Amino acid sequence: MYISLAGFRGPDHASPDQAGPDHASPDRADSAPGPDHATPHPGPRSGRTVAFRVAPTVVALGMVSLLTDVSSESVAAVLPLYVTGALGLSMVAYGFLEGLHQGVSAVVRIAAGYAADRTDRPKAIAVAGYGLSMLTRAGLLIVQGFVGIAVLVGIDRVGKGIRTAPRDAMIQEVSQPQHLARSFGVHRMLDTIGATIGPLLAFVVLLLVPEGYRVVFAVSLAAALIGVAALILFVPNVRFSRATTPTSTTTPAAPVPEAAETSPAVRPRTLRSRASRSGSPRRQRWRTLDGPLKRLLVAAGVLGLLTVGDGFIYLAIMSHGHLDPLWFPLLFVGTNGVFLLLAIPVGRIADRTSRAAVLIGGHLFLAGAYLAAAMGGSWIALGLALLMLGIFYAATDGVLAALAGQLSPQGRTATGIGAAQTVVAVTRLVASTGFGALWVLFGAVPTMVGAAVVLVLVLPLAWWLVVRR
Amino acid sequence: MKPVQERGGVRGGLSRRARWWALGGVAAMSIGAVGVYGVQALQDHQERTTGASAAELAASLPDGPHITFRNTASGEGYGMVSSVSLADPGGARQVSGQACDRVDVAGEYLSCLRTLRGIPTTFETQVYDYGQDLGISPVTTWPLAGIPSRTRVSDDGLVATTAFVTGHSYAADSFSTETTVKGAGDPDGRDYGNLQDFEITVDGEPLTAIDRNVWGVSFAGGDRFFATVASGGTTWLMEGDLAARTMASVATEAECPSVSPDGSRVAFKVRRDSGGDMVGGSGVHWDVAVLDLASGERTVIELERGIDDQLEWLDEDTLLYGLPREEAGWDADVFALEAEAEAEPELFIEHAWSPSVVR
Repeated sequence: MYISLAGFRGPDHASPDQAGPDHASPDRADSAPGPDHATPHPGPRSGRTVAFRVAPTVVALGMVSLLTDVSSESVAAVLPLYVTGALGLSMVAYGFLEGLHQGVSAVVRIAAGYAADRTDRPKAIAVAGYGLSMLTRAGLLIVQGFVGIAVLVGIDRVGKGIRTAPRDAMIQEVSQPQHLARSFGVHRMLDTIGATIGPLLAFVVLLLVPEGYRVVFAVSLAAALIGVAALILFVPNVRFSRATTPTSTTTPAAPVPEAAETSPAVRPRTLRSRASRSGSPRRQRWRTLDGPLKRLLVAAGVLGLLTVGDGFIYLAIMSHGHLDPLWFPLLFVGTNGVFLLLAIPVGRIADRTSRAAVLIGGHLFLAGAYLAAAMGGSWIALGLALLMLGIFYAATDGVLAALAGQLSPQGRTATGIGAAQTVVAVTRLVASTGFGALWVLFGAVPTMVGAAVVLVLVLPLAWWLVVRR
Repeated sequence: MKPVQERGGVRGGLSRRARWWALGGVAAMSIGAVGVYGVQALQDHQERTTGASAAELAASLPDGPHITFRNTASGEGYGMVSSVSLADPGGARQVSGQACDRVDVAGEYLSCLRTLRGIPTTFETQVYDYGQDLGISPVTTWPLAGIPSRTRVSDDGLVATTAFVTGHSYAADSFSTETTVKGAGDPDGRDYGNLQDFEITVDGEPLTAIDRNVWGVSFAGGDRFFATVASGGTTWLMEGDLAARTMASVATEAECPSVSPDGSRVAFKVRRDSGGDMVGGSGVHWDVAVLDLASGERTVIELERGIDDQLEWLDEDTLLYGLPREEAGWDADVFALEAEAEAEPELFIEHAWSPSVVR
């Protein structure tokens, strides 16, 4: 069984002999899926096994993400040092500018996803996002003042917001449906490698060139440039729609009668020709968020409200007081290491069993990480916390994108993925703020244990929302 | 059904080989340019830290009070703890071999916050016995949790440090400060820990918000001290008691306090147009204010160029502060400012940062 979500689509799932809801192709059973092959996903419980072959486009997108993460994380690692050391400003000024960008980035995600679906040019949108971030690197080399830097950081986040959903939708589109989560795992592994290399590279540069912050920015620009070049050269113009096959018989994702009433312009996708692909649907797009995807979003939101962020877990570990603060930056490296090692294997498990179950079950490890952080400052507790946090990311980050893409109606993949990521980003921000208050009131250990308990108690609800048939 | 790539149709019309060549070209040019840029930056840095100093150097200083600071003159001695005679602050400076980002001297000790390059970059506090020679061997060293920001030494050997810690706080991108007070080389090891854990009250009400931050300690004799506490965008001048582990609000809108030598006044920086558009156009602008503790009267000294430093009292009437140069942030100058309304800053020591008056 490749997924237990087959019955998920409810009313949209019109007839049993139809292709999977995401992909309408009449020849699904006969076509041999290959890499980059937009095979419809097989019917539920088809039991058919297909050898995993990672799509070249996924690898290309992974390399683009790797280079971009090297670019952004190297800057992030030295920016505070640059602002204080080279510009002579205190971080107080920096702190007041933070927080503003977060909301913008979250909203941009869903908007960019929508735009990618609407235009059916996810690559173009992604290029715009990656390119915008690249331009901010060039800006860092020129801009002197603090305000300029703050603006550039803001624009960079917008770029990040723009590129994420179209990129994940492309991954979804070109991956073998049977191995969707594993394909996302490949991408997330490469992405995390970049995020780990970035800061290390930056510190190496500073070691070679004292106070060479601008050299770090130059390295960052070079990495971004190569990344964008790789994106343009090696990622094809992925199109979402399966409408190229005129024989396709899929029902539109939204109930037809209602659609016809509210917006006559919306035609069933199957009737859309290639030429009209980028034109038709209007507000109808927002129906994307209905049905099974809505249940996923609700579940992701509820779980997001109980995901308090790495910072707190590290802080709880440090609060036991046995660990030198010098170790602090290395905790991130530890979590990243586990994440990148397990991204593919866990994705594979998700594909073989149930993505929804892995997504929900992955939160057990988050609860475990909370408990380990509360346990004490021993090396065992520390190791356990980092390990479980890494597993949590491996089980949720790519898997959520895979699930959201899979549950989105045809042609609305990017919107669906963007919506899921927005929900998670916003609820986690809320969680951190609320959690902070509890932390002060009750202390680190009771709050951690409490969060773990509530999380475990909420999991059945999330399970019921997402995994039930 | 054809693979998606082909269905997409547009791949720039280039063959696979041509695409690889194009990527290789972009990569080679980018990496080459970075290499050239890096070598240039290294040369610039070497020019800045070696060769003739932009300031006049002296082998020794006459006896008497002096001012110790971080030397930011390019050339030999860049970044090193240096001193000038109080009688002739614009005169020649004596440069030590000790590099510090922030420095303060009081009583027997010199506190030095410094950055250690490495993977990752780390920071530490070094405390030296302050004798005739600058920085021989540290009395004690302890790690600093983040980027050096402020330090003060008390006459009886307590060292306060403020560091900016990034990635430490609960919200991914926010920052926090860590302000600690420790005894320098005490046999009894006085350690008051992180001041954030003190019992903090605002107008008598406990302040328990998670986002509370403490920075900029100024010792006022014995257990008494002043510091800034911030939470939710508001800052308070707090008076604290180390033994009782308490801090209580004295006034709002005050950052980085500095107690006058006679203890009657506190100077600090105040944000202009606070609560308004701090993020937009001009960034953050701080003026100087002086609070008379007995009368509660506040005198704001508006500055054309805002400051971002912890003020230092030169004498009972004059304040010192550092200001980074606009064209080169790695260089700075120390200015003197009369502690009265309408005062205008005057250049006091060129190429200097983090001044500390040693009487």
